[in-house]
Amino acid sequence: MDLALAHVSHRYNGVEVLRDISFAAPAGRIVCLVGPSGCGKSTLLRFLGGLERPDEGQVTMTGEPPAGSLNPLTYIFQDFALLPWRSARGNISLALEDHRLSRREREEIIADVLARTGLSDFADALPRQLSGGMKQRVAIARALAVRPACLLMDEPLSALDSQTRELLLDDLQGLWERERFGAVYVTHNLAEAVRLGHQVVVLSRRPGQVREIVEIDMPLSERKARAAELEAHQTRLWELMREEAMAADQEIADV
Amino acid sequence: MSDAALPGAAPRTEPAPGARPVPFRGGGFRPTPRRWVGPLVFAALFAAWEAGSRMGWISPIVLPAPSEALEAFSNLARSGQLALHLQASLSRLVQGWIFGTLLGIAVGFAAGLFSLARAGIVPLVAAFFPIPKIALLPLFIIWFGIGEESKVATILFGTFFPTVIAVYGGVDGVDRGLVRMGQSFGLSRWSIVRKIILPGAMPAILSGFRISASIAIILLVAAEMIGAEYGIGAYVLLAGNLMATDQLVAGVAMLSILGLTVSWLIGRLEKRVLRWR
Repeated sequence: MDLALAHVSHRYNGVEVLRDISFAAPAGRIVCLVGPSGCGKSTLLRFLGGLERPDEGQVTMTGEPPAGSLNPLTYIFQDFALLPWRSARGNISLALEDHRLSRREREEIIADVLARTGLSDFADALPRQLSGGMKQRVAIARALAVRPACLLMDEPLSALDSQTRELLLDDLQGLWERERFGAVYVTHNLAEAVRLGHQVVVLSRRPGQVREIVEIDMPLSERKARAAELEAHQTRLWELMREEAMAADQEIADV
Repeated sequence: MSDAALPGAAPRTEPAPGARPVPFRGGGFRPTPRRWVGPLVFAALFAAWEAGSRMGWISPIVLPAPSEALEAFSNLARSGQLALHLQASLSRLVQGWIFGTLLGIAVGFAAGLFSLARAGIVPLVAAFFPIPKIALLPLFIIWFGIGEESKVATILFGTFFPTVIAVYGGVDGVDRGLVRMGQSFGLSRWSIVRKIILPGAMPAILSGFRISASIAIILLVAAEMIGAEYGIGAYVLLAGNLMATDQLVAGVAMLSILGLTVSWLIGRLEKRVLRWR
């Protein structure tokens, strides 16, 4: 299933935040969305999953989601969005409870995603007992449980320390190798963008416009070993963004 | 070559001559539990009171000795009147509080979830909440008669408004990120209310219970002071009219114990329901 944005513009209280954005997120590929803070990256992501409606333009999906997909467009949030009163298992179960599944099917799915994210021993832990990295793994497991066609990730690693971030990057890469899901990955961290993105969409500062779409033509599995080549991509992205980021930094927030 | 091998940089374990400890400036501002202090204060107070009465410093008409109040209490228990008073009071309290709370939760949720309901309910609550419900008691007596109904209605009315405020405040306080998460997983509206908003509002609802329960006890006594045969309030009122201060103190002590019991029960409920915190 492919996702696409066509000529999307949006205003918040009269302030133009996004102007004429068009790009596609094809099935099975990771599209990273980078840009200075306040450029509307997260807003775009909410449009993509239907949590918010743009003033102008269209958000479309083409093709059928893979068979058995319970929630084709699934989010992973920066703040994890776990229910603090439910265990890891309960949080995953929440995403399944509104679907017609037998108790056994549900338990099988939960056991499977817990195993795939390395959480089997933490199934009954409450969020407050888990580290940030573990919480985000629970959120990833919850997302995998509904078999998404496209994962919409809103700075999923930004609330984590840099070591944990490195570990989770490896996890995400490994998961993608196996599942080949499509994804839109919003980040302000260029290292993450070049590690995971097949395509990096660079947005300008507010009002956000597509500055450039950079293709990174290197298999994900080789990226860790070919860090030097990635470095070149990252430098190029930084050059694209540098001025925008500086200008954005000096703006006075009025929204 | 590591730094440690440099001459003069040998690891030093002894403090240099003239070294003095850094003065400690932290600590404090963190009260720690002292289990024995509370009972000790009570014991000291009662001992002083009893001693004062026995020595004749405190006139028995002004304030009876604790032992006399205890005597009055055991007389009450032996005569079988205690059970009647307690039963009357508890049944009013429980009925009024439960119906007031249920109604308050329903209306509070409506105000928390629906814009139209909120626009209608919030001003109404703002207007009615500050009225001391005791002032409405004569009106309730005219409406519901001098019997149980008017007493239960007063307590119901008194618990309803704080519960509405606590519930809709609690619903407002639920993390919108969690609600959006529920929507993003395609949860039905009912599921979101039941599985995300209700548990998320629970801490606020339970602290609302504490407030409404103490209001209920105040109103219970007030309502029982008008035209009640049995009930702790009636007992206290009668004792006062007869200048039987020993019975009066016994009645007031019962009210204190009732309040403590209710607050303990809510504490237990909080521990159980809010285990995740």
